[in-house]
Amino acid sequence: MLDDFFIRALIAGIGVAIVTGPLGCFVVWRRLSYFGDTLAHSALLGVTLAYSMEFNIAFSVFIISSLIALTLIQLQKRTNLPGDALLGLLAHSSLAIGLVVIGFLSFIRFDIMGLLFGDILAVTVDDLLIIWIGGALILLVLKLIWKPLFASTVNYELAEAEGLNPDRAKAIFTILMAAIIAISIKMVGLLLITGMLIIPAAMARNISSSPQKMVMYSIIGGLLSVILGLFSSLEFNTASGPSIIAASLLLFILSLLNIKQSIKLKN
Amino acid sequence: MSSNQNILVKLNGAGFSLNNKWLVKGVSLEVEKGKIVTLIGPNGSGKSTTAKIALGIYKKIDGSVEKYTSKVGYVPQKISIDWTLPLRVNDFMVLTESISNDLIDEALSLTGVIHLKDKNLGDLSGGEFQRVLLARAISKKPELLVLDEPVQGVDFTGEIALYELIKKISDELNCGILLISHDLHTVMSATDHVVCLNGHVCCSGSPMDVAKNNEYKALFGEQASQILSRYEHRHDHIHTSEGEIKKN
Repeated sequence: MLDDFFIRALIAGIGVAIVTGPLGCFVVWRRLSYFGDTLAHSALLGVTLAYSMEFNIAFSVFIISSLIALTLIQLQKRTNLPGDALLGLLAHSSLAIGLVVIGFLSFIRFDIMGLLFGDILAVTVDDLLIIWIGGALILLVLKLIWKPLFASTVNYELAEAEGLNPDRAKAIFTILMAAIIAISIKMVGLLLITGMLIIPAAMARNISSSPQKMVMYSIIGGLLSVILGLFSSLEFNTASGPSIIAASLLLFILSLLNIKQSIKLKN
Repeated sequence: MSSNQNILVKLNGAGFSLNNKWLVKGVSLEVEKGKIVTLIGPNGSGKSTTAKIALGIYKKIDGSVEKYTSKVGYVPQKISIDWTLPLRVNDFMVLTESISNDLIDEALSLTGVIHLKDKNLGDLSGGEFQRVLLARAISKKPELLVLDEPVQGVDFTGEIALYELIKKISDELNCGILLISHDLHTVMSATDHVVCLNGHVCCSGSPMDVAKNNEYKALFGEQASQILSRYEHRHDHIHTSEGEIKKN
């Protein structure tokens, strides 16, 4: 069954969606969408390094994204530049370096479109293992840091005052972000990973009344997007990433109808 | 001293500076079990900063903080909840510690907001939210409560009831309370120790001692001084010398 590329893609996509659901909620809550973008842009550098050194892509992306995240934290401490300027600086410079390195690697056959937008044909059995084992680890760690992370998302000082160590939780969450980008890059492509994190979570926000529900709906939304997106990718021969994101946008629009109804009810 | 066992948090010459400007400097105080320590002082005198030093929120401080408990409840002066978080009162109550449903209900009932349990936090009024904040802080039965203007925005009758509640909690749970308040009338009636701040400790002691202090009078005016003393006269007449009271 795993011989069929489509089944592999489906299993990979489902694994990715289960992990992006809860992480995406935190990205929305903590306003980290540009941070996610920056890590994703830096992933290109990770991929090129993986090719040039014949290294595993997910692992290489994870290392580079983590380094960029740590660099950002250091820069925030040492400069007076605003956060978005630092994010832009890191995102574009790492993207540029990645593209320059690709230029030097002209001897390697390179599917740049697949890299940017995802390629379901490229998912191997090894990738499945990385996605599911890596994904399970990410969820486990997220569960362990949930309380301090969530409490500090609501209010940093409350969490700090009542002994929850929010700084450590934040640092660990940053590493988790790098990890999810690393495992989902083949499915969604590096330009669209942040969309996979944000759009299902944004959809879930529209229809949920508690944080737990939002996480649950976000996972369900991600799963539906992956299934819908992959089938249409197969049907219309489109790239997998854009198809999945387009499907999640469709769900988001549907969730807006729900808001309209509830606003009407209030009046 | 035998009271050392009862100390929950102790500041030794603590200070905190931001951008080369001291917010507060040289504060020494201690909060003991079952005692209420109140910080008073004008705006910008470093009351909230002192509370945050005691809580360990500010880490790069001058002097030192010794904290002997990890069971802390905190009501901050300012808190804003983002609309991106779908958060009900019920979710907020278990934010930093998982507590049983019974304890949640008990705390919400004590502060008079049990009917709001399933409401979205964003839909509460300022006073209602303040009551929820207080309920959250006391629900986990902390050893140390730090209350930074806990009744701001609460209606007049509610204010008195909540101060009575705070006093009751201090007695029943035997927890130490570090209280920040502008309301000299109500607060002083329950306070064991007053620390008057103005960038530094300008005076401290029992409400009575502080009221007599000239620096306090200079800071708050003669009228405020009379408020404190009048109270002492009503409640503490056995222990105080009559002559001193009459003077005010």
